[in-house]
Amino acid sequence: MESVEPSHSAAPRDARVYEMLDATRYTSVGAMLRDALVQFKTHLAFTELDRKRVVHRLTYLDVLRAVERLARRFEDAGIGAGDRVAIVMTNQARWPIAATAAFFRGAIVVPIDYKLTPAERQSLLGHAKPKALVTEYPLFAPHAEGALSAIPLVLVSEVPANARLGHAQPWGALDGSDSDGGEAAPLEAPTFVPRALDDVATIVYSSGTGGQPKGCLLPHRAYLAQYSALTSLFPLVVGDRYFSILPTNHAIDFMCGFLGPLCGGATVVHQRTLRPEFLLSTMKSQRITHMSVVPLILTAFERSIREKLDALPGWQRAAVDRLMKVNERLTEKRPNRLLSRALLRPIHDAFGGELRMLFCGGAFVEQERAEWFHRLGLPVAIGYGLTEASTVATVNDLRPFRGDSVGRAVSGVELRIVGADASGVGEVQLRGPTLMLGYLDDEEQTRAAFTDDGWLRTGDLGHLDASHHLHLVGRSKNMIVTRGGKNVYPEDLEGAFGSVACEELAVFAEGYLWQTRGELVGERLVVVARLKSGADAREQARFRDALLTANQRLADYKRVHALLFTDESFPRTASMKIKREVLAAGVRERHTTADVLALSEPSETLR
Amino acid sequence: MTQTQTSELETRLLTLAAHRFGKSVASLQPSDDVFEKLGIDSMQAMELLTEIEGAFGVEIPDYELQGVTTFAGIAALVRRRLG
Repeated sequence: MESVEPSHSAAPRDARVYEMLDATRYTSVGAMLRDALVQFKTHLAFTELDRKRVVHRLTYLDVLRAVERLARRFEDAGIGAGDRVAIVMTNQARWPIAATAAFFRGAIVVPIDYKLTPAERQSLLGHAKPKALVTEYPLFAPHAEGALSAIPLVLVSEVPANARLGHAQPWGALDGSDSDGGEAAPLEAPTFVPRALDDVATIVYSSGTGGQPKGCLLPHRAYLAQYSALTSLFPLVVGDRYFSILPTNHAIDFMCGFLGPLCGGATVVHQRTLRPEFLLSTMKSQRITHMSVVPLILTAFERSIREKLDALPGWQRAAVDRLMKVNERLTEKRPNRLLSRALLRPIHDAFGGELRMLFCGGAFVEQERAEWFHRLGLPVAIGYGLTEASTVATVNDLRPFRGDSVGRAVSGVELRIVGADASGVGEVQLRGPTLMLGYLDDEEQTRAAFTDDGWLRTGDLGHLDASHHLHLVGRSKNMIVTRGGKNVYPEDLEGAFGSVACEELAVFAEGYLWQTRGELVGERLVVVARLKSGADAREQARFRDALLTANQRLADYKRVHALLFTDESFPRTASMKIKREVLAAGVRERHTTADVLALSEPSETLR
Repeated sequence: MTQTQTSELETRLLTLAAHRFGKSVASLQPSDDVFEKLGIDSMQAMELLTEIEGAFGVEIPDYELQGVTTFAGIAALVRRRLG
């Protein structure tokens, strides 16, 4: 067992850093946000675009006013300390405004993934039991009438004229200009409700659209510690422009596209469409300095650059290749944006010319891709994290750039490798102030998530190198992460195949069955099925067709890709649950990946 | 709107998609799954949609595309915008 102390150096003595708030002075996220909104009041907090049109610009003072107005509304509805406020919204200024208003009231923010289906969202809302829901009309409308009636206060933005809202109410204009009858009473200031470090700040669902929702209870302490750690490495300050494109309900954008920039006086840019063409035009028009992406978006960017490069005449193309090599050598120790920009100006200009950093999450960034961006002088900081540990557990500090590792543990996070084999690979476990308190209303899963001595079991397999950089090589959990950054739990899919006739079936991540190393991208989900004994090819084909039909009905990122027939009956517990580990071991023993039949090509999506 | 117009719109859409991703028009059917048939990811699908919008002179907000996976589904969205 190897234990590593936090190994990132302290904040660089950079004048820019001093403008940021000192998170150690606060006991709650709400108190820090309140100070930030006052301190940076004349600066631009949010710019929102719809395609190429700028639709909103809000200063920190505008945001403060909008937050106070909404917090007052929460207060009037009786929402206070410890009450839950759910948010189901796409990325726009109203998301952080709603969250901040909830924090002002001492409430717990429950971010819900807007990309889930209405039924899936409803099931999580049923689990979280919020006292208020803040949402937008296109997401509200598909819910059946009365489906949200258990939630006392439902506020809906972007309501079209004559829309039927049932018991829900329109949120209205952010500046209160459309209050009933034009008699906008002077705003009565809301009562700010203080919170302590160990009080719950958010409940974030890490998975479980099926049977077992896992709502991570994250305390204020976790966010404040994480804020200090991340901004000491990558300060976000006045003048920086962060492009928020990952869903704000997700841990990464919650930190990097909400708390991080707002507490440093930076500007957050939102774009109502996620199409690559408009992402690039916004990066250019808004001169974006920082953004977080998932591997899928990196791929789209790379495609776009390569198309441009391929269109160049041969000699120019060769010149760019040479410049990429020069740039790589000159920025070996640390990135130098101005130098890289001078060398590779046309490419940098396509991204606005001001881009300092692309953050990319996870074990799932292909090393070659990250290195390619690095050669262009566009630094990709690869990190690793999980919702159970706030946001980021390890990250590359780019001093120097490395594409082969997910970086070192950030300050405040302790990391150890447990049960290491001869090559040093074992389970990654974490400890520190950024960990969740547990799962909402689920003692059993909470117990399983931690070791007896309080370390979080990540379920990811990795090893540390001599410089304490973490290398992920696989996982011990039966789960996959898509290129779009979504967790898919095979257990959740088995219910969806309940109507497909067979003796029994189970779904596995291929990498869990065979523990393939280093192949974490584009992994397949495999259905292991047992048909009645003596089933012939025709019956196998019939089963396969039925499975395909059921598969088509699933959201595309959840679809299974492959099928394996087995003759052995599944090992089960006394309560008839499948013993997955035993079954997987049996499959591993009797079959190889060559026995797996492809169902269809995996299709990945962000949706 | 008549059946003929409907299939015209779909044909134009299939031609656009086939052209962009180097497939033959004949190999595409309105009921096909866009992602599977073209072998593309969701970012490429969005690029295709932007092209379709340009060709038909309409704008379709991203949220309307949730759950739409077939060419016919996209055609329906375009048709609704064209009125």
